[in-house]
Amino acid sequence: MTLNMILVTLTASLTSQISVPVIILGAMGLVFGLILAFAAKVFAVQIDPRVEQIIGALPGANCGACGKAGCAGYADSIVHSGVEVNLCAPGGAAAASAIARIMGKESGSVTKKVAVIHCSSGGHNNTTWKYAYQGIESCVSAVNIAGGPNACSYGCIGYNDCQKACPFDAISIDANGMRCIDLEKCTGCGSCVRACPRKLIDLVPLNRNVYIKCSSQDKGPLAKQVCGSTLPCIGCGICSRKCPVQAITITNNLAAIDYAKCINCGLCATACPTGAILDLLCGTRKKAQMIDELCIGCTICAKNCPVEAISGEVKKVHKIDAEKCIGCGVCIEKCPKQAIKTAD
Amino acid sequence: MGVLGQIFVMAIGAIFIQNFVLARFLGLCPYLGVSKRLDSAFGMGMAVIFVMTMASAITFLIYKYLLVRFDIVYLSTLAFILTIAALVQFVEMVILKNAPALYKALGVYLPLITTNCAVLGVAILNITPLADGSSYNFLFATLNGFLSGVGFTFVMLAMAGIRERLALVDMPKSMHGFASGMILAGIMALAFYGFMGLKI
Repeated sequence: MTLNMILVTLTASLTSQISVPVIILGAMGLVFGLILAFAAKVFAVQIDPRVEQIIGALPGANCGACGKAGCAGYADSIVHSGVEVNLCAPGGAAAASAIARIMGKESGSVTKKVAVIHCSSGGHNNTTWKYAYQGIESCVSAVNIAGGPNACSYGCIGYNDCQKACPFDAISIDANGMRCIDLEKCTGCGSCVRACPRKLIDLVPLNRNVYIKCSSQDKGPLAKQVCGSTLPCIGCGICSRKCPVQAITITNNLAAIDYAKCINCGLCATACPTGAILDLLCGTRKKAQMIDELCIGCTICAKNCPVEAISGEVKKVHKIDAEKCIGCGVCIEKCPKQAIKTAD
Repeated sequence: MGVLGQIFVMAIGAIFIQNFVLARFLGLCPYLGVSKRLDSAFGMGMAVIFVMTMASAITFLIYKYLLVRFDIVYLSTLAFILTIAALVQFVEMVILKNAPALYKALGVYLPLITTNCAVLGVAILNITPLADGSSYNFLFATLNGFLSGVGFTFVMLAMAGIRERLALVDMPKSMHGFASGMILAGIMALAFYGFMGLKI
């Protein structure tokens, strides 16, 4: 009897003790949930599905080559501010055409570019030092002290800020402390271009292989004196005169190649008295050879040859002067009948 | 002591003497994680001030009119966590819709704050009786939340300022990043320990 009563009161008080907090907290959760569900409807923000599709099409490297803060920022500005679709350097043509499909636009052509360091100095034994720099090992900080520790105030300091900035590990340091850019890995994102405090790095189309390896604007004798690698551009202008397509201009004692005009012939590199021009194809160029059976005598090759090595009358088989030919390959590209090949 | 005096005492207490990060050791995760750059530290600080003020107000009302009323004060931690999480979610939605610029500035940090113990800390401290037995009213609880957020931001900015300069210092590799950050946090906490002697 008494036991039964105790049991009943105990159960009753237990139930009320448990049920009150359970109900209150449950109700709180329910109310909050309802409020959030309601808010999600009321404050719903329409996100353009194209933005997410474009983010999917981009490589996701967040390198900033497009000039936007990361891939998501670029995708957003393509959709909302009508930015060009072909600005992604790492994604290249594949990404550009994928985005163009999403946006229903034509993609412009993307020329792949690679970074080139316009200085042949900066290593352990090819740099002339002005003083022994002992500060933070960073180019940005070294250039601030008395115009930089190297004698040439335009040259590479060699603390590898560009290598640290490269998001694709495309820059390596060789035994002499020189930076080597792996053209396979380089995506032309421009991170190193922004990282170099001396502005020595530039993006060059991948199919152009002749580079001016100097950025010195010093006058000839001074440039020679301070350059640790003894390969300075002295601004003599010989390359400019030798160039068959007038692609080289001299400004402030420094030669610069206009890659829109350059035909990759390498004549400037052979002509340069100081060896400041690097020609990656040096020695690998093959002279052009006419396949007589295919030539229809259209004269296109002769008109395009920069060194006038091709001669012949209209509708007659043309001849290539092997002495004059520089192996630039322009005629091979231009011939409508594929009648010109490289000599073996 | 007038109301202004009380507020002044509260401000000094929340910012210096009982600073959330350096005296109560709450909210240490963002203190070390988001203090590498001054601008992101500032963004985080602003978001914390905002959430702490809102959370103080709402949790105080929940406490007074729900928990005390139904005599389930022992569930305050649970109820507060629920409230803060829902509140932050709600605020995030409202900001995203009505102030996209503010959302861009705070956006990354808002979800981080949901689980920040400093916010729960201020909610619980607001309902804890003070040394003289009295406790905060609604206005003072909200103000305490705001001032604690200011204290948090102040320390975040100081830390970020020092770490930005420290990043340029040539130090052993083993000391980079969190190692020097920890030592720095310890030294700053020691410095703030000095404020404990303040009598107002």
